[in-house]
Amino acid sequence: MRKTCLDMVYELAKADDRIVFIGSDLGAGTLSEMQKNMPERFFMEGVSEANIIGMAAGLAMDGFIPYVNTISTFITRRCYEQIAIDLCLHNLPVKLIANGGGLVYAPLGPTHLAIEDIAIMRSLPNMNIVSPSDAEEMKRFMNQSKEIKGPVYIRLAKGGDEIVSDPKNGFKFGESILIKDVGEVLIVSSGITTKEAIYASEELSKEGIKAGVLHMHTIKPFDYKSIIKYSQKVKLIVSVEEHIKNNGLGSAIGDVLNDNCYHKMPKLIKLGIPDQFPDKYGTQEDLLKYYSLDSKSIYESVLGFIKSKGLKAA
Amino acid sequence: MHKSKNIKLDNRSIYLRHLAIKGLAGGKRGHLGSAFSLIEILRVLYDKILDIDSNDPDNINRDRCILSKGHGCLALYSLLADKKFFPESELDKFCHFDGILGGHPEASKIPGVEASTGALGHGLSIGVGLAISAKIQRRNSRVFVIMGDGEINEGSIWEAALSAGKHKLDNLTAIIDYNKLQSYDKTSIVQDLEPLSDKWKSFGFEVEEVNGHDVTELENLFSNLPLKKSSPSAIILHTVKGKGIKEAEGNPKWHHKSKITESEINKLYSELELNL
Repeated sequence: MRKTCLDMVYELAKADDRIVFIGSDLGAGTLSEMQKNMPERFFMEGVSEANIIGMAAGLAMDGFIPYVNTISTFITRRCYEQIAIDLCLHNLPVKLIANGGGLVYAPLGPTHLAIEDIAIMRSLPNMNIVSPSDAEEMKRFMNQSKEIKGPVYIRLAKGGDEIVSDPKNGFKFGESILIKDVGEVLIVSSGITTKEAIYASEELSKEGIKAGVLHMHTIKPFDYKSIIKYSQKVKLIVSVEEHIKNNGLGSAIGDVLNDNCYHKMPKLIKLGIPDQFPDKYGTQEDLLKYYSLDSKSIYESVLGFIKSKGLKAA
Repeated sequence: MHKSKNIKLDNRSIYLRHLAIKGLAGGKRGHLGSAFSLIEILRVLYDKILDIDSNDPDNINRDRCILSKGHGCLALYSLLADKKFFPESELDKFCHFDGILGGHPEASKIPGVEASTGALGHGLSIGVGLAISAKIQRRNSRVFVIMGDGEINEGSIWEAALSAGKHKLDNLTAIIDYNKLQSYDKTSIVQDLEPLSDKWKSFGFEVEEVNGHDVTELENLFSNLPLKKSSPSAIILHTVKGKGIKEAEGNPKWHHKSKITESEINKLYSELELNL
């Protein structure tokens, strides 16, 4: 997904001379072709995230569309004020390519794990957030990205993730994709947790339980209409996020249900990382299991609810 | 360190301070000290140097001037009102609910304001981006970023300085309003900046220092930019915080004032008259 996203910046830049790339001393050889062929629109800056955001803002004020590439935690935590003021207050079309969203950098520990990035980006007016499920979907998003007027936070999973998106479903910024039809249950996911949600849904169907999967590739603006619509058809919504449970995908769903569905509210189970810094290393898969975000854990959460309520399978 | 001589303000400098006090009276508050060290700097830029037209404030070929020390905005508002970017009557609504002139300047509301500033340490990076943009587009636009001495305590300024040096931005001029008094106390006590000129030089800037209230010296200096081809310029301007108001000069209590009464405003006006 990472390589596809970066390659797409070069592809977009070939067709549109407003597009510039700014890196933050990351990944030897990254976009070397672009560096060679478009030296005026390729910037590899120092380890200086605050400056890079301001510099991108200056370029965008003058009509350029900068794509900034760095690590999720450094672009969200360190230079939050620059993002809030230089990008969001001025509502500038700067795209933030955030490497290692979620638990990707498991072996590197909590300084590199982006577990609250969506929460803090989601709270900024004018910010947009996308979290595609795989490289193919990333490509579909990137083709639309330059048309988005304001700043965008693009959350990347790691490279080589399994392709689970279907080109037939297309991609429309701001509109979720119903990957599996709803029954009594709806699983809402984003990023690579959509893969886990699909597998859980397939296992549940073997038990006669029909669990829909709604892929929320755009987290802001939030597709509240789909949540309202499907909430009236199901008894349980399970949100699955590679993120702390506070103020991420699950919280967004909870807000929509609370504000709109008080007359008929399904149960909401939020699967996510507890309010603590990760205390284990290992791999992304290890941590997904540790925090009950893998397909088996999703399956068990749904099954547990169905059994406790004595609900019949579809 | 550069020695400042005491400069007597001329009629135009007094008039521009009058306008700033009009804003101060409108809002009954404001950063008077921070604004009054800036008046001559902005006056020379807007009167003689900047290619900016209030009838066409968004012209792509204009020069860009960013007041990174956004709290000095009463000085900027004074110049922008004088140049008719907005009606002078807006000054009476400084900080009012329905005014366009806030306690820090906002680009989306005020014609002639390039960037919304107020949180310190942002302007130089934005200036780097604008200067690079002008180079890519082969435009002659120049970029001026005005910073406070307290402001350059921020690490982001020095990140931007490294970047400006790397990119050899000779269309970028960093201006430091060195009044030597930050919010709490003297810069020499809170966070000593010396040797300041050497710092900018070591980051790749060509540096000059003059008295920031001496209009002739400022004109001569700003007319000869860049100071050196292929280098960004840094201009360190020795100023007096609160210049023109004896009680405010060098007095940290006048960094920001609120709940200003009518009699205090009248006293400020009278004192300006005495300078004439």
